[in-house]
Amino acid sequence: MRIKNLLLAAFMVVAFSASAWAAQIGVSGSTTVLPIMQKAVEAYMKAHPETTLSVSGGGSGNGIKAIIDGTTDLCMASRFMKDKEVALAMEKGVYPVPFAVAIDALVPVVHPENPVGDLTIEQLRDIYTGKTTNWKDLGGEDKQIVVISRDTSSGTYETWDEKILNKERVFAGALLQASNGAVAQAVSKNKYAIGYVGYGYLDASLKGVKVNGIEGNPETASSGKYPVSRFLFLFTNGWPEGELASFVMYMLHPKYGQAHAKDAGFVPLY
Amino acid sequence: MDRKLKEKVIRRTFLLTASTSILVLALIMVFLFMEGLPIFHEYPPLKFLFGHEWYPTSDPPDFGIFPLLVGSVLVTVASSALAIPLGVMTAIYLAEIARPRVRGYVKPVVELLAALPSVVIGFFGMVLFAPFLQDVFDIPTGLNLFNAAVMLAFMSVPTICSISEDAIFSVPKELKEASLALGATHWETIQRVILPASLSGISTAVILGMSRAIGETMVVLMVAGGAAMVPGSLFSPVRPMPASIAAEMAEAPFRGDHYYALFATGIVLFLFTMAFNIVADTIANKHKQVGAATL
Repeated sequence: MRIKNLLLAAFMVVAFSASAWAAQIGVSGSTTVLPIMQKAVEAYMKAHPETTLSVSGGGSGNGIKAIIDGTTDLCMASRFMKDKEVALAMEKGVYPVPFAVAIDALVPVVHPENPVGDLTIEQLRDIYTGKTTNWKDLGGEDKQIVVISRDTSSGTYETWDEKILNKERVFAGALLQASNGAVAQAVSKNKYAIGYVGYGYLDASLKGVKVNGIEGNPETASSGKYPVSRFLFLFTNGWPEGELASFVMYMLHPKYGQAHAKDAGFVPLY
Repeated sequence: MDRKLKEKVIRRTFLLTASTSILVLALIMVFLFMEGLPIFHEYPPLKFLFGHEWYPTSDPPDFGIFPLLVGSVLVTVASSALAIPLGVMTAIYLAEIARPRVRGYVKPVVELLAALPSVVIGFFGMVLFAPFLQDVFDIPTGLNLFNAAVMLAFMSVPTICSISEDAIFSVPKELKEASLALGATHWETIQRVILPASLSGISTAVILGMSRAIGETMVVLMVAGGAAMVPGSLFSPVRPMPASIAAEMAEAPFRGDHYYALFATGIVLFLFTMAFNIVADTIANKHKQVGAATL
Protein backbone atom coordinates (compact mmCIF):
# COMPACT_ATOMS: atom_id res chain seq x y z
CA MET A 1 0.00 0.00 0.00
CA ARG A 2 2.73 2.39 1.06
CA ILE A 3 4.81 1.60 -2.01
CA LYS A 4 1.80 2.17 -4.20
CA ASN A 5 1.27 5.61 -2.69
CA LEU A 6 4.90 6.48 -3.09
CA LEU A 7 4.83 5.47 -6.71
CA LEU A 8 1.70 7.52 -7.25
CA ALA A 9 3.31 10.57 -5.64
CA ALA A 10 6.43 10.14 -7.74
CA PHE A 11 4.35 9.84 -10.87
CA MET A 12 2.44 13.02 -10.01
CA VAL A 13 5.65 14.97 -9.44
CA VAL A 14 6.96 13.87 -12.82
CA ALA A 15 3.66 14.63 -14.53
CA PHE A 16 3.47 18.13 -13.07
CA SER A 17 7.04 19.03 -13.85
CA ALA A 18 6.60 17.73 -17.39
CA SER A 19 3.63 20.03 -17.94
CA ALA A 20 5.57 22.88 -16.37
CA TRP A 21 8.23 22.60 -19.07
CA ALA A 22 5.66 23.04 -21.83
CA ALA A 23 4.65 26.59 -22.72
CA GLN A 24 1.25 27.60 -21.40
CA ILE A 25 -0.73 30.32 -23.20
CA GLY A 26 -4.06 31.62 -21.93
CA VAL A 27 -6.52 33.16 -24.41
CA SER A 28 -9.80 34.87 -23.51
CA GLY A 29 -12.28 37.49 -24.73
CA SER A 30 -14.80 38.13 -27.49
CA THR A 31 -17.25 35.40 -28.44
CA THR A 32 -17.23 36.75 -32.02
CA VAL A 33 -13.56 35.85 -32.42
CA LEU A 34 -13.97 32.56 -30.57
CA PRO A 35 -14.84 30.36 -33.60
CA ILE A 36 -11.62 31.42 -35.40
CA MET A 37 -9.55 30.91 -32.28
CA GLN A 38 -10.90 27.44 -31.57
CA LYS A 39 -10.02 26.22 -35.05
CA ALA A 40 -6.60 27.86 -34.94
CA VAL A 41 -5.72 26.54 -31.48
CA GLU A 42 -6.67 22.99 -32.37
CA ALA A 43 -4.48 23.01 -35.47
CA TYR A 44 -1.62 24.85 -33.73
CA MET A 45 -1.45 22.40 -30.83
CA LYS A 46 -1.31 19.51 -33.26
CA ALA A 47 1.67 21.09 -35.01
CA HIS A 48 3.35 22.28 -31.76
CA PRO A 49 2.66 19.64 -29.09
CA GLU A 50 5.04 21.39 -26.66
CA THR A 51 2.66 24.36 -26.39
CA THR A 52 -0.66 24.25 -24.51
CA LEU A 53 -3.30 26.89 -25.20
CA SER A 54 -6.41 27.31 -23.08
CA VAL A 55 -9.21 29.34 -24.67
CA SER A 56 -12.29 30.87 -23.03
CA GLY A 57 -14.95 33.33 -24.23
CA GLY A 58 -16.71 35.86 -22.01
CA GLY A 59 -16.82 39.00 -24.12
CA SER A 60 -14.37 41.63 -25.36
CA GLY A 61 -14.61 43.60 -22.12
CA ASN A 62 -13.71 40.59 -20.01
CA GLY A 63 -10.76 39.75 -22.25
CA ILE A 64 -9.47 43.30 -22.02
CA LYS A 65 -9.92 43.23 -18.23
CA ALA A 66 -7.91 39.99 -18.16
CA ILE A 67 -5.01 41.40 -20.19
CA ILE A 68 -4.91 44.51 -17.97
CA ASP A 69 -4.89 42.36 -14.81
CA GLY A 70 -2.28 40.04 -16.30
CA THR A 71 -4.50 36.95 -15.98
CA THR A 72 -4.36 36.12 -19.69
CA ASP A 73 -1.62 36.22 -22.31
CA LEU A 74 -3.75 36.94 -25.35
CA CYS A 75 -7.05 38.80 -25.56
CA MET A 76 -9.65 38.51 -28.33
CA ALA A 77 -11.75 41.63 -28.98
CA SER A 78 -14.46 42.52 -31.47
CA ARG A 79 -13.77 46.21 -30.86
CA PHE A 80 -10.77 48.41 -30.22
CA MET A 81 -9.80 49.26 -26.65
CA LYS A 82 -11.55 52.28 -25.18
CA ASP A 83 -9.52 55.29 -23.97
CA LYS A 84 -10.39 54.51 -20.35
CA GLU A 85 -9.14 50.95 -20.68
CA VAL A 86 -5.90 52.11 -22.30
CA ALA A 87 -5.38 54.61 -19.48
CA LEU A 88 -6.01 51.92 -16.85
CA ALA A 89 -3.59 49.56 -18.62
CA MET A 90 -0.86 52.22 -18.65
CA GLU A 91 -1.47 52.86 -14.96
CA LYS A 92 -0.77 49.20 -14.24
CA GLY A 93 2.28 49.12 -16.48
CA VAL A 94 0.60 47.09 -19.21
CA TYR A 95 1.25 48.13 -22.81
CA PRO A 96 -1.47 46.57 -24.97
CA VAL A 97 -0.41 45.82 -28.55
CA PRO A 98 -3.22 45.27 -31.09
CA PHE A 99 -3.17 42.81 -34.00
CA ALA A 100 -6.08 42.92 -36.45
CA VAL A 101 -6.91 39.32 -37.42
CA ALA A 102 -10.02 39.51 -39.62
CA ILE A 103 -12.88 41.61 -40.93
CA ASP A 104 -16.49 40.82 -40.02
CA ALA A 105 -19.58 41.93 -41.94
CA LEU A 106 -22.53 42.81 -39.70
CA VAL A 107 -25.70 41.78 -41.51
CA PRO A 108 -29.27 42.91 -40.71
CA VAL A 109 -31.49 39.80 -40.64
CA VAL A 110 -35.23 39.12 -40.87
CA HIS A 111 -37.42 36.01 -40.93
CA PRO A 112 -37.18 34.15 -44.29
CA GLU A 113 -40.91 34.73 -44.90
CA ASN A 114 -40.52 38.50 -44.64
CA PRO A 115 -40.82 40.13 -48.11
CA VAL A 116 -38.52 43.02 -47.15
CA GLY A 117 -34.97 42.32 -48.37
CA ASP A 118 -33.28 45.65 -49.00
CA LEU A 119 -33.08 48.64 -46.65
CA THR A 120 -31.12 51.85 -46.69
CA ILE A 121 -29.02 53.00 -43.75
CA GLU A 122 -31.60 55.75 -43.11
CA GLN A 123 -34.43 53.21 -43.00
CA LEU A 124 -32.45 51.02 -40.60
CA ARG A 125 -31.72 54.05 -38.42
CA ASP A 126 -35.43 54.96 -38.33
CA ILE A 127 -36.32 51.39 -37.33
CA TYR A 128 -33.74 51.27 -34.54
CA THR A 129 -34.55 54.71 -33.15
CA GLY A 130 -38.27 53.90 -33.12
CA LYS A 131 -39.39 56.30 -35.87
CA THR A 132 -40.57 53.54 -38.21
CA THR A 133 -42.69 51.02 -36.31
CA ASN A 134 -44.71 49.23 -39.00
CA TRP A 135 -43.55 46.88 -41.77
CA LYS A 136 -46.04 48.39 -44.23
CA ASP A 137 -43.94 51.58 -44.38
CA LEU A 138 -41.09 49.44 -45.75
CA GLY A 139 -43.15 47.42 -48.22
CA GLY A 140 -44.13 44.57 -45.92
CA GLU A 141 -47.29 43.47 -44.10
CA ASP A 142 -49.30 45.76 -41.83
CA LYS A 143 -47.62 44.49 -38.65
CA GLN A 144 -45.60 46.07 -35.86
CA ILE A 145 -41.82 45.73 -36.28
CA VAL A 146 -40.15 43.82 -33.45
CA VAL A 147 -36.73 45.42 -33.14
CA ILE A 148 -33.97 43.18 -31.81
CA SER A 149 -30.61 44.59 -30.83
CA ARG A 150 -27.53 43.46 -28.92
CA ASP A 151 -27.10 44.80 -25.41
CA THR A 152 -25.75 48.35 -25.42
CA SER A 153 -22.30 47.33 -24.21
CA SER A 154 -21.44 44.56 -26.64
CA GLY A 155 -18.71 45.11 -29.22
CA THR A 156 -21.19 44.21 -31.97
CA TYR A 157 -23.65 46.81 -30.74
CA GLU A 158 -20.95 49.44 -30.80
CA THR A 159 -20.26 48.81 -34.46
CA TRP A 160 -23.97 49.01 -35.25
CA ASP A 161 -24.25 52.18 -33.17
CA GLU A 162 -21.41 53.81 -35.04
CA LYS A 163 -22.21 52.74 -38.61
CA ILE A 164 -26.03 52.72 -38.62
CA LEU A 165 -27.31 54.80 -35.73
CA ASN A 166 -24.66 57.45 -36.10
CA LYS A 167 -24.50 57.62 -32.28
CA GLU A 168 -28.25 58.17 -31.89
CA ARG A 169 -29.85 56.11 -29.11
CA VAL A 170 -31.61 52.83 -29.76
CA PHE A 171 -35.20 53.30 -28.61
CA ALA A 172 -36.00 51.74 -25.24
CA GLY A 173 -38.58 49.29 -26.62
CA ALA A 174 -35.97 47.32 -28.56
CA LEU A 175 -35.49 43.73 -27.36
CA LEU A 176 -31.93 43.28 -26.20
CA GLN A 177 -30.23 39.93 -26.63
CA ALA A 178 -26.94 38.98 -25.03
CA SER A 179 -25.25 37.13 -27.90
CA ASN A 180 -25.15 36.72 -31.68
CA GLY A 181 -26.73 33.30 -31.25
CA ALA A 182 -29.64 34.67 -29.20
CA VAL A 183 -30.39 37.31 -31.85
CA ALA A 184 -30.35 34.66 -34.60
CA GLN A 185 -32.63 32.43 -32.53
CA ALA A 186 -35.11 35.23 -31.75
CA VAL A 187 -35.35 36.42 -35.37
CA SER A 188 -35.74 32.92 -36.78
CA LYS A 189 -38.72 32.37 -34.41
CA ASN A 190 -40.52 35.65 -35.15
CA LYS A 191 -41.93 36.61 -38.56
CA TYR A 192 -41.98 40.32 -37.78
CA ALA A 193 -38.60 40.72 -36.14
CA ILE A 194 -35.43 42.38 -37.40
CA GLY A 195 -32.00 41.94 -35.88
CA TYR A 196 -28.32 42.00 -36.85
CA VAL A 197 -25.60 39.34 -36.56
CA GLY A 198 -22.01 38.71 -37.60
CA TYR A 199 -21.72 37.09 -41.05
CA GLY A 200 -20.67 33.77 -39.48
CA TYR A 201 -24.11 33.40 -37.91
CA LEU A 202 -26.14 33.60 -41.14
CA ASP A 203 -27.91 30.36 -42.05
CA ALA A 204 -31.06 29.05 -43.73
CA SER A 205 -33.31 30.08 -40.82
CA LEU A 206 -32.46 33.74 -41.41
CA LYS A 207 -32.71 36.09 -44.37
CA GLY A 208 -29.90 38.60 -44.75
CA VAL A 209 -31.06 42.10 -45.70
CA LYS A 210 -29.06 44.14 -48.20
CA VAL A 211 -27.86 47.50 -46.95
CA ASN A 212 -28.13 50.30 -49.54
CA GLY A 213 -28.58 47.54 -52.14
CA ILE A 214 -25.34 45.77 -51.23
CA GLU A 215 -25.34 42.25 -49.87
CA GLY A 216 -23.15 41.76 -46.80
CA ASN A 217 -20.64 38.96 -47.47
CA PRO A 218 -16.87 38.42 -47.32
CA GLU A 219 -16.30 39.85 -50.84
CA THR A 220 -18.21 43.11 -50.32
CA ALA A 221 -16.77 43.51 -46.83
CA SER A 222 -13.16 43.11 -47.98
CA SER A 223 -13.63 45.43 -50.97
CA GLY A 224 -15.04 48.07 -48.62
CA LYS A 225 -18.32 48.32 -50.56
CA TYR A 226 -20.42 46.95 -47.72
CA PRO A 227 -20.99 49.75 -45.20
CA VAL A 228 -21.33 47.75 -41.95
CA SER A 229 -18.04 45.95 -41.44
CA ARG A 230 -15.50 45.95 -38.62
CA PHE A 231 -12.09 44.64 -37.64
CA LEU A 232 -11.55 41.85 -35.13
CA PHE A 233 -8.47 42.13 -32.89
CA LEU A 234 -6.02 40.29 -30.70
CA PHE A 235 -4.24 42.16 -27.92
CA THR A 236 -1.02 41.18 -26.17
CA ASN A 237 0.74 42.78 -23.21
CA GLY A 238 3.73 44.40 -24.87
CA TRP A 239 5.29 43.09 -28.08
CA PRO A 240 4.84 39.29 -27.92
CA GLU A 241 7.91 37.08 -27.42
CA GLY A 242 8.75 33.40 -27.60
CA GLU A 243 5.88 30.95 -27.94
CA LEU A 244 3.28 33.73 -27.80
CA ALA A 245 4.93 35.55 -30.72
CA SER A 246 5.02 32.34 -32.69
CA PHE A 247 1.28 31.81 -32.10
CA VAL A 248 0.37 35.41 -33.01
CA MET A 249 2.37 35.06 -36.24
CA TYR A 250 0.52 31.81 -36.89
CA MET A 251 -2.80 33.68 -36.55
CA LEU A 252 -1.67 36.33 -39.05
CA HIS A 253 -0.22 33.85 -41.54
CA PRO A 254 -2.26 33.73 -44.78
CA LYS A 255 -1.96 29.93 -44.96
CA TYR A 256 -2.80 29.12 -41.32
CA GLY A 257 -4.69 31.46 -38.98
CA GLN A 258 -6.15 33.49 -41.83
CA ALA A 259 -7.42 30.34 -43.50
CA HIS A 260 -9.19 29.45 -40.24
CA ALA A 261 -10.74 32.94 -40.17
CA LYS A 262 -12.11 32.28 -43.64
CA ASP A 263 -13.44 28.86 -42.60
CA ALA A 264 -15.26 30.44 -39.66
CA GLY A 265 -17.08 32.84 -42.01
CA PHE A 266 -14.95 35.94 -41.61
CA VAL A 267 -12.83 37.92 -44.04
CA PRO A 268 -9.09 37.17 -43.82
CA LEU A 269 -6.79 40.20 -43.84
CA TYR A 270 -3.66 38.71 -45.38
CA MET B 1 -6.93 12.02 23.21
CA ASP B 2 -8.96 12.74 26.30
CA ARG B 3 -12.60 13.71 26.05
CA LYS B 4 -12.21 17.34 27.07
CA LEU B 5 -9.57 18.03 24.47
CA LYS B 6 -11.66 16.30 21.83
CA GLU B 7 -14.65 18.45 22.72
CA LYS B 8 -12.49 21.54 22.49
CA VAL B 9 -11.11 20.62 19.09
CA ILE B 10 -14.57 19.88 17.74
CA ARG B 11 -15.96 23.15 19.07
CA ARG B 12 -13.06 25.12 17.55
CA THR B 13 -13.50 23.42 14.19
CA PHE B 14 -17.16 24.34 14.03
CA LEU B 15 -16.44 27.89 15.14
CA LEU B 16 -13.81 28.16 12.42
CA THR B 17 -16.07 26.90 9.61
CA ALA B 18 -18.98 29.07 10.75
CA SER B 19 -16.87 32.21 10.99
CA THR B 20 -15.23 31.48 7.62
CA SER B 21 -18.56 31.38 5.83
CA ILE B 22 -19.79 34.53 7.59
CA LEU B 23 -16.52 36.31 6.86
CA VAL B 24 -16.64 35.37 3.17
CA LEU B 25 -20.22 36.62 2.86
CA ALA B 26 -19.32 39.85 4.64
CA LEU B 27 -16.36 40.35 2.30
CA ILE B 28 -18.57 39.82 -0.75
CA MET B 29 -20.92 42.49 0.61
CA VAL B 30 -18.05 44.90 1.25
CA PHE B 31 -16.77 44.28 -2.27
CA LEU B 32 -20.25 44.88 -3.74
CA PHE B 33 -20.55 48.24 -1.99
CA MET B 34 -16.97 49.23 -2.78
CA GLU B 35 -17.45 48.62 -6.48
CA GLY B 36 -20.97 50.07 -6.65
CA LEU B 37 -20.87 53.27 -4.61
CA PRO B 38 -18.37 55.23 -6.77
CA ILE B 39 -21.08 55.76 -9.41
CA PHE B 40 -22.81 58.15 -7.03
CA HIS B 41 -19.89 60.57 -7.24
CA GLU B 42 -20.69 60.93 -10.92
CA TYR B 43 -24.40 60.34 -11.01
CA PRO B 44 -27.01 61.48 -8.43
CA PRO B 45 -28.61 58.55 -6.51
CA LEU B 46 -32.17 59.76 -7.08
CA LYS B 47 -31.61 60.02 -10.81
CA PHE B 48 -30.07 56.55 -10.70
CA LEU B 49 -33.10 55.06 -8.94
CA PHE B 50 -35.88 56.95 -10.70
CA GLY B 51 -34.41 57.84 -14.08
CA HIS B 52 -36.18 56.24 -17.04
CA GLU B 53 -33.20 56.25 -19.38
CA TRP B 54 -30.74 53.35 -19.30
CA TYR B 55 -28.12 54.17 -21.94
CA PRO B 56 -24.84 53.18 -20.28
CA THR B 57 -22.66 53.44 -23.39
CA SER B 58 -24.05 56.60 -24.96
CA ASP B 59 -22.13 59.81 -24.75
CA PRO B 60 -23.07 61.28 -22.28
CA PRO B 61 -24.34 58.07 -20.61
CA ASP B 62 -27.57 57.72 -18.65
CA PHE B 63 -27.90 55.29 -15.77
CA GLY B 64 -31.58 55.37 -14.80
CA ILE B 65 -32.49 51.91 -13.50
CA PHE B 66 -36.19 52.60 -12.86
CA PRO B 67 -37.39 50.48 -15.84
CA LEU B 68 -35.13 47.62 -14.70
CA LEU B 69 -36.36 47.89 -11.12
CA VAL B 70 -40.00 47.88 -12.23
CA GLY B 71 -39.23 44.95 -14.54
CA SER B 72 -37.75 42.95 -11.65
CA VAL B 73 -40.66 43.71 -9.31
CA LEU B 74 -43.33 42.90 -11.90
CA VAL B 75 -41.71 39.64 -13.02
CA THR B 76 -41.41 38.55 -9.38
CA VAL B 77 -45.01 39.52 -8.53
CA ALA B 78 -46.39 37.81 -11.62
CA SER B 79 -44.43 34.62 -11.08
CA SER B 80 -45.45 34.58 -7.38
CA ALA B 81 -49.08 34.92 -8.40
CA LEU B 82 -48.65 31.76 -10.46
CA ALA B 83 -46.24 29.78 -8.34
CA ILE B 84 -47.50 30.26 -4.76
CA PRO B 85 -51.07 28.92 -5.24
CA LEU B 86 -49.81 26.17 -7.52
CA GLY B 87 -47.00 25.11 -5.20
CA VAL B 88 -48.99 25.28 -1.95
CA MET B 89 -52.05 23.54 -3.36
CA THR B 90 -49.94 20.75 -4.81
CA ALA B 91 -48.31 20.40 -1.41
CA ILE B 92 -51.71 20.14 0.33
CA TYR B 93 -52.80 17.54 -2.18
CA LEU B 94 -49.66 15.48 -1.74
CA ALA B 95 -49.57 15.67 2.05
CA GLU B 96 -53.24 15.35 2.89
CA ILE B 97 -55.32 14.09 0.01
CA ALA B 98 -53.19 11.87 -2.21
CA ARG B 99 -52.86 8.19 -1.40
CA PRO B 100 -49.40 7.19 -0.11
CA ARG B 101 -48.59 5.37 -3.36
CA VAL B 102 -49.34 8.45 -5.48
CA ARG B 103 -47.38 10.61 -3.09
CA GLY B 104 -44.46 8.19 -3.31
CA TYR B 105 -44.29 8.66 -7.06
CA VAL B 106 -45.25 12.31 -7.48
CA LYS B 107 -43.04 13.87 -4.84
CA PRO B 108 -39.70 12.69 -6.24
CA VAL B 109 -40.82 13.78 -9.70
CA VAL B 110 -41.63 17.29 -8.44
CA GLU B 111 -38.28 17.43 -6.65
CA LEU B 112 -36.53 16.31 -9.80
CA LEU B 113 -38.03 19.32 -11.61
CA ALA B 114 -36.15 21.58 -9.18
CA ALA B 115 -32.93 20.14 -10.52
CA LEU B 116 -33.58 21.27 -14.11
CA PRO B 117 -30.79 23.70 -15.08
CA SER B 118 -32.14 27.21 -15.62
CA VAL B 119 -30.60 27.42 -19.07
CA VAL B 120 -32.81 24.50 -20.15
CA ILE B 121 -35.92 26.27 -18.88
CA GLY B 122 -34.78 29.47 -20.60
CA PHE B 123 -34.25 27.62 -23.86
CA PHE B 124 -37.69 26.02 -23.56
CA GLY B 125 -39.24 29.47 -23.04
CA MET B 126 -37.34 30.96 -25.93
CA VAL B 127 -37.77 28.26 -28.55
CA LEU B 128 -41.16 26.69 -27.73
CA PHE B 129 -43.18 28.92 -25.42
CA ALA B 130 -42.42 32.29 -27.06
CA PRO B 131 -43.68 31.33 -30.57
CA PHE B 132 -46.70 29.66 -28.91
CA LEU B 133 -47.57 32.88 -27.06
CA GLN B 134 -47.11 34.87 -30.26
CA ASP B 135 -49.58 32.68 -32.16
CA VAL B 136 -52.19 32.29 -29.42
CA PHE B 137 -52.40 35.91 -28.28
CA ASP B 138 -51.40 37.49 -31.59
CA ILE B 139 -48.76 39.69 -29.94
CA PRO B 140 -45.65 41.13 -31.62
CA THR B 141 -43.22 39.13 -29.50
CA GLY B 142 -43.37 36.13 -27.19
CA LEU B 143 -40.26 37.27 -25.32
CA ASN B 144 -42.01 39.26 -22.61
CA LEU B 145 -42.95 39.69 -18.95
CA PHE B 146 -45.54 36.91 -19.05
CA ASN B 147 -43.18 34.36 -20.57
CA ALA B 148 -40.53 35.18 -17.97
CA ALA B 149 -43.07 34.91 -15.14
CA VAL B 150 -44.27 31.50 -16.33
CA MET B 151 -40.71 30.16 -16.68
CA LEU B 152 -39.73 31.48 -13.23
CA ALA B 153 -42.89 29.94 -11.76
CA PHE B 154 -41.74 26.65 -13.29
CA MET B 155 -38.50 27.01 -11.36
CA SER B 156 -40.00 27.99 -8.02
CA VAL B 157 -42.99 25.60 -7.88
CA PRO B 158 -40.86 22.54 -7.05
CA THR B 159 -39.08 24.38 -4.22
CA ILE B 160 -42.30 25.81 -2.80
CA CYS B 161 -44.16 22.52 -3.18
CA SER B 162 -41.51 20.26 -1.73
CA ILE B 163 -40.75 22.36 1.37
CA SER B 164 -44.44 23.17 2.04
CA GLU B 165 -45.26 19.50 1.75
CA ASP B 166 -42.65 18.67 4.38
CA ALA B 167 -44.11 21.34 6.66
CA ILE B 168 -47.70 20.18 6.17
CA PHE B 169 -46.78 16.54 6.54
CA SER B 170 -44.97 17.17 9.83
CA VAL B 171 -47.95 18.83 11.53
CA PRO B 172 -48.48 16.68 14.67
CA LYS B 173 -51.08 13.96 14.29
CA GLU B 174 -52.81 15.00 17.58
CA LEU B 175 -53.92 18.31 16.07
CA LYS B 176 -55.57 16.63 13.13
CA GLU B 177 -57.13 13.92 15.30
CA ALA B 178 -58.47 16.48 17.79
CA SER B 179 -60.03 18.49 15.00
CA LEU B 180 -61.64 15.46 13.40
CA ALA B 181 -62.83 14.26 16.81
CA LEU B 182 -64.64 17.54 17.33
CA GLY B 183 -66.64 16.79 14.22
CA ALA B 184 -64.79 18.97 11.69
CA THR B 185 -64.66 17.65 8.12
CA HIS B 186 -61.37 16.87 6.43
CA TRP B 187 -61.49 20.13 4.44
CA GLU B 188 -62.26 22.19 7.58
CA THR B 189 -59.36 20.52 9.33
CA ILE B 190 -56.99 21.35 6.47
CA GLN B 191 -58.18 24.92 6.30
CA ARG B 192 -58.45 25.81 9.99
CA VAL B 193 -55.89 23.57 11.67
CA ILE B 194 -53.27 22.15 9.36
CA LEU B 195 -52.58 25.22 7.23
CA PRO B 196 -52.21 27.65 10.16
CA ALA B 197 -50.02 25.15 11.99
CA SER B 198 -47.67 24.82 9.02
CA LEU B 199 -47.72 28.48 7.98
CA SER B 200 -44.18 29.07 9.21
CA GLY B 201 -42.86 26.24 7.04
CA ILE B 202 -44.95 27.35 4.08
CA SER B 203 -43.63 30.90 4.28
CA THR B 204 -40.07 29.58 4.41
CA ALA B 205 -40.91 27.64 1.26
CA VAL B 206 -42.28 30.78 -0.38
CA ILE B 207 -39.18 32.80 0.58
CA LEU B 208 -36.85 30.21 -0.90
CA GLY B 209 -38.94 29.82 -4.04
CA MET B 210 -39.29 33.54 -4.66
CA SER B 211 -35.65 34.27 -3.87
CA ARG B 212 -34.85 31.96 -6.72
CA ALA B 213 -37.18 33.98 -8.95
CA ILE B 214 -35.83 37.42 -7.96
CA GLY B 215 -32.19 36.63 -8.46
CA GLU B 216 -32.57 34.24 -11.39
CA THR B 217 -30.48 35.54 -14.24
CA MET B 218 -30.30 33.08 -17.10
CA VAL B 219 -34.05 32.68 -17.61
CA VAL B 220 -34.85 36.39 -17.61
CA LEU B 221 -31.88 37.05 -19.83
CA MET B 222 -33.21 34.59 -22.38
CA VAL B 223 -37.00 35.11 -22.32
CA ALA B 224 -37.88 38.50 -20.81
CA GLY B 225 -37.12 40.38 -24.03
CA GLY B 226 -34.70 42.87 -22.53
CA ALA B 227 -36.36 46.19 -23.37
CA ALA B 228 -35.32 48.84 -20.84
CA MET B 229 -38.80 50.35 -20.75
CA VAL B 230 -41.54 50.45 -18.10
CA PRO B 231 -43.93 47.77 -19.45
CA GLY B 232 -47.37 48.79 -20.68
CA SER B 233 -48.98 45.37 -20.36
CA LEU B 234 -48.41 41.79 -19.24
CA PHE B 235 -47.14 41.06 -22.75
CA SER B 236 -44.56 43.85 -22.95
CA PRO B 237 -40.89 42.94 -23.01
CA VAL B 238 -39.03 43.84 -19.80
CA ARG B 239 -35.44 43.89 -18.59
CA PRO B 240 -35.06 42.79 -14.97
CA MET B 241 -31.94 43.84 -13.06
CA PRO B 242 -30.09 40.48 -13.08
CA ALA B 243 -30.54 40.22 -16.87
CA SER B 244 -29.05 43.66 -17.32
CA ILE B 245 -26.06 42.89 -15.12
CA ALA B 246 -25.41 39.57 -16.86
CA ALA B 247 -25.76 41.00 -20.36
CA GLU B 248 -23.52 44.00 -19.84
CA MET B 249 -20.89 43.09 -17.27
CA ALA B 250 -18.74 41.21 -19.76
CA GLU B 251 -18.17 44.22 -21.95
CA ALA B 252 -18.27 47.11 -19.50
CA PRO B 253 -14.88 48.85 -19.28
CA PHE B 254 -13.19 47.77 -16.06
CA ARG B 255 -13.75 50.32 -13.24
CA GLY B 256 -15.53 52.68 -15.64
CA ASP B 257 -18.82 54.39 -14.79
CA HIS B 258 -20.79 51.65 -16.51
CA TYR B 259 -19.02 49.01 -14.40
CA TYR B 260 -19.79 50.94 -11.21
CA ALA B 261 -23.41 51.41 -12.31
CA LEU B 262 -23.83 47.66 -12.80
CA PHE B 263 -22.47 46.98 -9.33
CA ALA B 264 -24.78 49.68 -7.95
CA THR B 265 -27.63 47.81 -9.65
CA GLY B 266 -26.36 44.76 -7.78
CA ILE B 267 -26.60 46.70 -4.52
CA VAL B 268 -30.22 47.63 -5.30
CA LEU B 269 -30.98 43.99 -6.10
CA PHE B 270 -29.30 42.93 -2.85
CA LEU B 271 -31.32 45.42 -0.77
CA PHE B 272 -34.46 44.37 -2.61
CA THR B 273 -33.91 40.68 -1.83
CA MET B 274 -32.99 41.51 1.76
CA ALA B 275 -36.18 43.55 2.29
CA PHE B 276 -38.19 40.68 0.81
CA ASN B 277 -36.53 38.19 3.14
CA ILE B 278 -37.10 40.36 6.21
CA VAL B 279 -40.80 40.77 5.41
CA ALA B 280 -41.26 37.05 4.79
CA ASP B 281 -39.27 36.20 7.91
CA THR B 282 -41.45 38.47 10.04
CA ILE B 283 -44.56 36.74 8.75
CA ALA B 284 -43.04 33.34 9.44
CA ASN B 285 -42.05 34.35 12.97
CA LYS B 286 -45.45 35.80 13.76
CA HIS B 287 -47.11 32.48 13.00
CA LYS B 288 -44.42 30.34 14.52
CA GLN B 289 -45.74 27.20 16.09
CA VAL B 290 -44.10 26.60 19.45
CA GLY B 291 -45.41 23.25 20.69
CA ALA B 292 -47.95 20.71 19.54
CA ALA B 293 -50.72 22.30 21.58
CA THR B 294 -50.09 25.97 20.90
CA LEU B 295 -51.47 27.28 17.66
